[in-house]
Amino acid sequence: MSPTIQINRGAEYSRILGLGVARGERFVTNDEVAGPIESSDEWIRSRTGIVTRVRAEETTSVLDLAERAARDAIAKAGLEPSNIDAVLLSTITYPHLAGAGAPVIADRLGLTVPAHDIRAACAGYCYGIGQADAMVRSGAATNVLVIGAEKLSDFIDPADRSISFLLGDGAGAVVVGPSDFPGIGPTIAGSDGSGAHLVAESNTWLDIKNDRSLPFPTLRQEGPSVFKWASFKMAPVAREAIEKAGLTPEDIDAFIPHQANIRIIEQMVKQIGLPESVVVAKDIADSGNTSAASIPLATERLYRDGAVKSGDIALQIGFGAGLVYAAQVIVLP
Amino acid sequence: MALSEQDILAGLAEIVAEETGIDAGDVQLDKSFTDDLDIDSLSMMTIVTLAEEKFDVRIPDEEVKNLVTVGDAVSYIAKAQA
Repeated sequence: MSPTIQINRGAEYSRILGLGVARGERFVTNDEVAGPIESSDEWIRSRTGIVTRVRAEETTSVLDLAERAARDAIAKAGLEPSNIDAVLLSTITYPHLAGAGAPVIADRLGLTVPAHDIRAACAGYCYGIGQADAMVRSGAATNVLVIGAEKLSDFIDPADRSISFLLGDGAGAVVVGPSDFPGIGPTIAGSDGSGAHLVAESNTWLDIKNDRSLPFPTLRQEGPSVFKWASFKMAPVAREAIEKAGLTPEDIDAFIPHQANIRIIEQMVKQIGLPESVVVAKDIADSGNTSAASIPLATERLYRDGAVKSGDIALQIGFGAGLVYAAQVIVLP
Repeated sequence: MALSEQDILAGLAEIVAEETGIDAGDVQLDKSFTDDLDIDSLSMMTIVTLAEEKFDVRIPDEEVKNLVTVGDAVSYIAKAQA
């Protein structure tokens, strides 16, 4: 008889053990970004809900933001870096082709554990939570550090009217670990690569290789098309995440969507059919759109405002460039 | 059964009123969405999406820029229903 392979057994349940954040150091006002796009504070507010966005100093790197959030999350979870046995970093702004940022973060924390990046743009944090949940329950890891970090200000064009003026810098991190109750519901995720062009860079590295006169690549989007997709196609995804968690909209305490645009958030609330009792995260007003970092940053903001507490049930959904999306219901740490 | 242009206008006016607060009576065939009704590109996408659902038609994103007046939208929907 051939030998039987032994397999890992994981925890029955997982949950988020602690949340940490790092915001860019500078608040950038609408007046500061309005000039080059011939716009105004009023126009930006009415189109996006943004009053200020946070941006990091020139000398602060995306990994600096990620490390600050990571250390904060580990401390909030009541753990030491040595308790972490996997690192997942969601980012689109780590400016290297070959190596990922996650191993560098692991090294900064004194770790040599498995570490890789997730490239799922504004859905990256929810993709990370889904993967960490599966890793903990399968026994692939015990405590997974999930980070969403972006320094989008490295990839903006002040004269671009489509997306640059929305973007901010920041990082949010959590530790996902074993739990004696279900703390993370099923992740509902998907993609639509036919919309890859809707959020993209102005030109690719190969474009520049072939034409050295082209400018450094910066982000662009087809705003109205992305608005339509996010506002209307994401509601069924969010509803499925609630349903697959065995809950109804009335069970949700807080709705924490990716902070892309206040008008997307408001339309989603309507389309999902969330009752008025649900607290809706609107950190977009002060932090701008920070891509993979926006959901954990918005979550931290809700705690700071006293709008949520540990044990509350939150629906979170990320969606963006790819196109990709992911949603799940979680118990707040 | 395909709706008449009058029915489409009435249905569209209802959607515009709901989305923007504009009086449905002001939504006339010759009115420009942007210049007369002051509807921005995001509200326009919402109106288009709700119209797609209401009239069971598809209006591709790249067509939306051609729908300058309410009449353009009514004609497009009428043709798409046919």
